Amino acid sequence: MSNPKKTHSALFHLVKRAPLPWYWNLAVRAIAVVLALVVSAVVITLLTQKNPIEVYSSMLDGAFGTELRIWSLLQNIAILLCISLAVTPAFMMRFWNCGAEGQVLVGGLATVSVMMFLGGKIPTPLLMVVMVLASILAGIIWAVLPAVCKALWNTNETLFTLMMNYVAIQLVAFFLKLFVKSGSGILTPMPQYGLPVIGGQSYLLNILIVALLTILVYIYLKYTKQGYEISVVGESENTARYIGVNVKKVIIRTLVVSGALCGIAGLLLVGGTNHTISTTTAGGRGFTAIMVSWLAKFNPIYMVFTTFLIVFLQKGAQQISTDFRLPSAISDIITGIILFFIIGCEFFLQYKILVAKSGKEAK
Amino acid sequence: MANNVAIELKNVTKAFGGNFANRNVNMTVNRGEILSILGENGSGKTTLMNMIAGIYFPDSGQIFIDGKEVVIRSPKDAFDHKIGMIHQHFKLVDVFSATENIILGLQDEKKYNLKESAEKVLAISRQYGFDIDPQKKIHEMSVSEKQTVEIIKVLYRGADILILDEPTAVLTPQETQKLFAVLRRMREDGKSIIIITHKLHEVMALSDRVDVLRKGESVGTVITAETTEAELTELMVGQKVSLNIERSEPQNPVDRLVVTGLDCTDRDGVKLLNDVSFTARSGEILGIAGIAGSGQRELLEAIAGLQHVDKGEMIYNNPKTGTQDNLRDKTPMQIRELGVRLSFVPEDRLGMGLVGNMDIVDNMMLRSYRKGKSIFLERKAPKDLALRIIEDLQVVTPNENTPVRRLSGGNIQKILVGREIAAAPTVLMAAYPVRGLDIGASYTIYNLLNEQKQKGVAVIFVGEDLDVLLELCDRIMVIGSGAVTGIVDGRTATKEQIGLLMTKTTKEEADHE
Repeated sequence: MSNPKKTHSALFHLVKRAPLPWYWNLAVRAIAVVLALVVSAVVITLLTQKNPIEVYSSMLDGAFGTELRIWSLLQNIAILLCISLAVTPAFMMRFWNCGAEGQVLVGGLATVSVMMFLGGKIPTPLLMVVMVLASILAGIIWAVLPAVCKALWNTNETLFTLMMNYVAIQLVAFFLKLFVKSGSGILTPMPQYGLPVIGGQSYLLNILIVALLTILVYIYLKYTKQGYEISVVGESENTARYIGVNVKKVIIRTLVVSGALCGIAGLLLVGGTNHTISTTTAGGRGFTAIMVSWLAKFNPIYMVFTTFLIVFLQKGAQQISTDFRLPSAISDIITGIILFFIIGCEFFLQYKILVAKSGKEAK
Repeated sequence: MANNVAIELKNVTKAFGGNFANRNVNMTVNRGEILSILGENGSGKTTLMNMIAGIYFPDSGQIFIDGKEVVIRSPKDAFDHKIGMIHQHFKLVDVFSATENIILGLQDEKKYNLKESAEKVLAISRQYGFDIDPQKKIHEMSVSEKQTVEIIKVLYRGADILILDEPTAVLTPQETQKLFAVLRRMREDGKSIIIITHKLHEVMALSDRVDVLRKGESVGTVITAETTEAELTELMVGQKVSLNIERSEPQNPVDRLVVTGLDCTDRDGVKLLNDVSFTARSGEILGIAGIAGSGQRELLEAIAGLQHVDKGEMIYNNPKTGTQDNLRDKTPMQIRELGVRLSFVPEDRLGMGLVGNMDIVDNMMLRSYRKGKSIFLERKAPKDLALRIIEDLQVVTPNENTPVRRLSGGNIQKILVGREIAAAPTVLMAAYPVRGLDIGASYTIYNLLNEQKQKGVAVIFVGEDLDVLLELCDRIMVIGSGAVTGIVDGRTATKEQIGLLMTKTTKEEADHE
């Protein structure tokens, strides 16, 4: 009444949707990907005057161009997927484990220490066993410390796990300073003490292990009593207490699982791929994994697809920068645009927009 | 009294995710009139009012004020049209005084002058007969005082149309009478009052007209003086329902749970329970009455092993072994391991009793998933139980794999009560089991409680509707501020007697114990 500009109806408003059938879910996401590619194409053309089709084919080339590239793609998927699997039980429990980066790194550090100090001194099969145990134990220690403090004194796990990342990075730096005799800070790879190579393919073992872990984690979360307890604690601690679940125990136990999986990721990364370590060995995957896990709605099977998407984008974007001599920022822009659309489409799956007057549904 | 139309709704429709909360609702409210909006829970009363108050925006339809079409997009728009709503859950800042809360967010282009504002608050209070201290802090106030602050808040902003959402749910009978007197005075002053309620006797006592909603649609407007409670119920439910609860005589009651001298404090050292003693007997329904937040929840949680107890005993007489067990300082697991068959329907259904995002089958497992040595879950038995409960209690759900939070309040409660009863309890505790349920579902729950009583279960029922407590319970324990203020016989006690006990804070000698 007081405002003369006021029209007789709102321009549009949001309404929550009833759940959509699966094919709509799929269709909306497909549309999002197509739109993202179109928008990226426009941005590429405007910024670089390059033909977007060429740019996209360069991306595909970067990911699938040669046999080596395909193996490398799969290897990267395996590592990222492994870390994503690791953070998932914690996140399902609403325990914000932002420390996967550090947990992977100490897992790697444990592996490299075993390789360095026991390699050649004990029989190889025993070396492998010690390596596996050491990396898992290191990951567990790094994850359980914040969990125990959370369970006993209700400390903030986000801050705690984040800080543990820095401790891990510094620990690796200290290790390199101490044991790299040349002073270059670069540790010479020790492939002779790495995980065994099967089928003549150096990445095959990693890929198979992670495939197995994916199935195991899926079963653990969905079909075991412990997985059920994780869901209950995550949804409502009060409900968990009401049915007599020992919440503290579940928090600690779940982070043991989470840390162990991170430790394995460190093992695969160092023992199976790099055969050495640096402070950037984890390479931010501990944080990317959080996004992968959320995008897949904590479902390990969906995670295979979300990991593929992320790794494909990274690989493709790298290729663009090389092929067209573009700054690496361009690849970040493309990755950003595509993720924006994919995450943004979730909104349209949950809400619909009603435009006034016409009353018609709009996408 | 001029009978001009203050507000009119035409064909207002609002849907949430495909479900119509309101469908083509037409309604008029006159100046100087009290209109009751009557309807079962989930019939769309609050949604409809929220659209007038600017919380929701209608999908279609028109709203007219004084004959002119208006658009209300926010609570501020609503205030510009002199509409004020008093919500069920108060929206006040605890550490502020009454006056500070009242003028909070007000933009009247005047200087911030607490003293002047306080005087205006007092003037409003005098005009309508409120009783309020403008300097008092919210956290020092009783529920009824907080409600007064909310009402003055909208009057201060010059509201002519007041909407009250279930204002009496948290009040004692005496406070309710006081509120009604104030509302009647406002009516004489020419204000329009819309009151949402599902208590029939209040509708009859207060309103001029009644608008009845069923499943989001208006099913009729009647003049209060020309109707009866039975007619209104029929309109509301769509069929004739009997409003009587059967109450059988307890069969061989024995003391099942003996609580003596229970004390509880919260983290800040505030006393939650003060020397609570009572006995729950088998084959009997023990009602617990009291103003909301008087310690009912803590008492039940203490018995269930969820609340730390400072002092006192809770002795359970095991009917199977004949042993006596003290439940104090035991976890829910330890209580179960003792063989105590204690079922508990907590007040907070989705926050405690059930997990909203899980489906019905997984919710059935909450109590029983540990059974067996296998590390894997066994979903067959829970699924059978889920199907049985859906069938026996007529739960409306697409199937047993529907997440519980998607069901209506009544169906959620049927799932919870069904599961708790399926455990064949010897003690069944239910906190506000019919809160938010429609009449039909409420009576289903009363019948279930009665059935359990006839099976020899000691039932403890925390309720808020005194009429129901008086019809259902064999004995009624009244608590006020964490202390037992009296235990009365459900067959002879009166509402006034219980109302008085509710406001007391010390133990009184009850007449019937």
